[in-house]
This record gives sequence, C-alpha cells and structure tokens, in this order.
Amino acid sequence: MTKSELIERLAMRHEDLSVKDVELAVKTMLDHMTEALSSGERIEIRGFGSFSLHYRAPRVGRNPKTGQAVELDAKYVPHFKPGKDLREQVNDSMKQGR
Amino acid sequence: MGSLTKAEMAERLFEVLGLNKREAKDMVESFFDEVRSCLASNEQVKLSGFGNFDLRDKRQRPGRNPKTGEEVPISARRVVTFRPGQKLKDKVETYAGPGEE
Repeated sequence: MTKSELIERLAMRHEDLSVKDVELAVKTMLDHMTEALSSGERIEIRGFGSFSLHYRAPRVGRNPKTGQAVELDAKYVPHFKPGKDLREQVNDSMKQGR
Repeated sequence: MGSLTKAEMAERLFEVLGLNKREAKDMVESFFDEVRSCLASNEQVKLSGFGNFDLRDKRQRPGRNPKTGEEVPISARRVVTFRPGQKLKDKVETYAGPGEE
C-alpha cells in the first residue's frame, strides 16, 4: 500500500470529508510525527507501536570506491518497535498461511 | 519530554484542518488501523518521505531462557521492520541530542 492508496482507503471510511481533506490530514499526521522525532521526542501509539531515536557513535568510514577514510559524525536514526497487537496480528497472518 | 500520542495528533488535525474533535480522533484512529490491517494481511506499506513498513519471515532458531539457561527454540515468525525514508533520516540526523539544560 502506498501513501495515495492509504488516502483512498481513508477517504472511503470518511465519506463526510473530501479527498483533499484526507490528503491534507495524512500529510499533517506524517509531518507531525517527523517533527516530533527530529526534536528528539518519542511517538507512542498504543496497539501499533513506538518510534524513538537510536544513537550512532561517530566512526571512521571508508569510501567504498576509493578506499579513502572518512570521518563520520555521531548521529541519531529513527527506530520503530511494533506494539503487541501489531506483532500478534502480523504473526497470526503467517500461521494462517497468507 | 513527553511522547507524541494519538490525542495530540488529533488536536493538530483539529487546529490545522478544522476537523471537529470527533472527526479528528476518528481520522487518527483509522490511519493507524489501515496501516496495521494492511501489514496483518502481509502487504508492505510505503509512505514516501516517512518510511516503509516491511514484513520479514524468520525461520525457527535456537534460543535460551536467559534465567534458567534452558534451551528453548524460538519459533518461526513474521515480523514488521521499519525502514525510515530519506527525508525522515535527514531531519533526524541533525538532532543534536538531549544536551545540558
């Protein structure tokens, strides 16, 4: 499912809203989540999962083409941990042979 | 700092889009619900700019009960992994850390 398919599915569930409104709602929600993470805030969605940042220490990397050493700064990367409901539903789908 | 929750996301939809509180809450609910049910039917979810939710089937592997040291097999399972998109990675990378307040 892509973002535009998600928008279509949500538009079907929210017939009182225009597709434009649903599109803007999805953009607003994703921007809000991006904004939270980039200011170091966690996201906790019960039943779905949580997003947090993981620290990556500075390291010396290599340019794979030239073999030259490159100093890489410390950074943070987004991390998602699925919640219990999501974990169980996804695992059940395998047991049901889908 | 607190965490971002569904309630705050609904509040933002109320402010930005002028959805009423009920519509805003329903929209946030159904957003996560659609993503979840898609993954539960073994379909990948790609939200460009934000990231992809992928599914991986893992084979059974040997494990151990860390308390007793007893060998217990970890059963075959399907798991969700999240691969952040470039835009999200770039924005998060510049976060300077908690720092000294």
